[in-house]
Amino acid sequence: MNESVESLRQTDAIAVERVLAGDRDAYRTLVERHSRNVHRLAYRLTGNSHDTEDVVQEAFLRAYQKLGQFEARSNFGTWVYRIAANYAIDRMRQRQKEDARRESADAHGQDGTEQDPVALVRDPAPSPERLMQSTQLRREMERALKELSHAERTAFVMRHWEGCGIEDIAAVLKSNPSATKNTVFRAVQKLRRALEPFLDARAQTKVMRSEV
Amino acid sequence: MKHPTEEQLMAYREGETQRREEISAHLKECGECRNELERIEAVLKALEEFPVPDPGENYERQVWQRLAPKLPEKRARWWQMWLEPRRLATAGTLLAVVVAAFVAGRFSKPGGSAPVAATQEQVRERILVVAVGEHLGKSEMVLVELSNAEAQDGKQKRVNIAAEQRRAGDLLEENRLYRQTALQQGDTGLASVLDELERVLVDVAHSPESVTPAQLESIQKRIESRGILFKVRVVGKELQQRQDDMNAAPTQSGQQAGERNKT
Repeated sequence: MNESVESLRQTDAIAVERVLAGDRDAYRTLVERHSRNVHRLAYRLTGNSHDTEDVVQEAFLRAYQKLGQFEARSNFGTWVYRIAANYAIDRMRQRQKEDARRESADAHGQDGTEQDPVALVRDPAPSPERLMQSTQLRREMERALKELSHAERTAFVMRHWEGCGIEDIAAVLKSNPSATKNTVFRAVQKLRRALEPFLDARAQTKVMRSEV
Repeated sequence: MKHPTEEQLMAYREGETQRREEISAHLKECGECRNELERIEAVLKALEEFPVPDPGENYERQVWQRLAPKLPEKRARWWQMWLEPRRLATAGTLLAVVVAAFVAGRFSKPGGSAPVAATQEQVRERILVVAVGEHLGKSEMVLVELSNAEAQDGKQKRVNIAAEQRRAGDLLEENRLYRQTALQQGDTGLASVLDELERVLVDVAHSPESVTPAQLESIQKRIESRGILFKVRVVGKELQQRQDDMNAAPTQSGQQAGERNKT
């Protein structure tokens, strides 16, 4: 194992032990070290900043409350990831129910336009690099990701974006490794069907531009 | 072989070992399947562009500030502290000492008790050993984190060490107190290491909250050149040993600091 990863694990283990011994401030080390990664995972799972912050806070709060159950030899980062992913799935289900209720209660809608979660969290001052990214591609991806079931989105995000092991994903999905592999496959297959026509069109435009 | 299925190609891409050689050989010969694999690759690569908004430079601190008020005080109850695996052995030893003292007290004649002054000195030393051990553990964590800190990628121009800097500031106050106490008790070896640690903590506490990779490297070099992390670990282990010895044979422990200073 990489030496610095190993030493990070060691300092995580020391911090966990200190928190368990009553030193609440030692938890700050763990929060500050892992919050950025948990934020990234949460955003990829929920697709909006409001739920992301909720997931980040709840994941660290639950991890603190359950710290006594944490196996000292395992990795705190992976553990809090699992907690975050579990909560994100619950949050997404809850959000879906809320949205459905709101839609039926308010049949007219505000102005008839659909709110784009990506647009909601757009940085106030996007970098030139980000400006260059295709807005349309983002919308297509967001739509394709929304079409996935919660389990498929979680499996895809954890496997392909966060590089988690099948066993870890299976634990979050409360499934077995073989079924989890299948869920990952189904997710990629659906994303492929949704995005490939768009990517083909984009590739064709590029070719045409280079020919001109 | 027949053309592999989409699922088999994705599994192949994931590094699955089943039928790997067979698929690999097929791909060398079949342009159609190579093209299929490239298309899968292209979709996954495009998805990597899905943006995650940058939560900002001070995000870590903001998360903690929002979280901290919600965290219940986890003051370890006295029995919980002793139930921690690392402390179980010490707890066992202490219990053995108490039982032994009780038994000895019951079966020995009165009049042979230890001088009160010596007992008080032992108690003071015991408190110092435990508290400094904790303090060195916390300091070690800050130094290890600083030694391991690095720019997250080549493009990052500044590294935020605000958390380490604040903790170094807190530890500095404690460190001064322990150094003075160690000096008063004549434990010059411990006082000297605490003195060196204090210089490093001052260094860190007075650094800016966010430093350039070059500044960070200079802090890391200063930590490294003084070998302070090594010394802190050695003294930390020694204190742990002293604590264990005290628990095992309380009457001899007072002599150990003197012996260590001579060494």
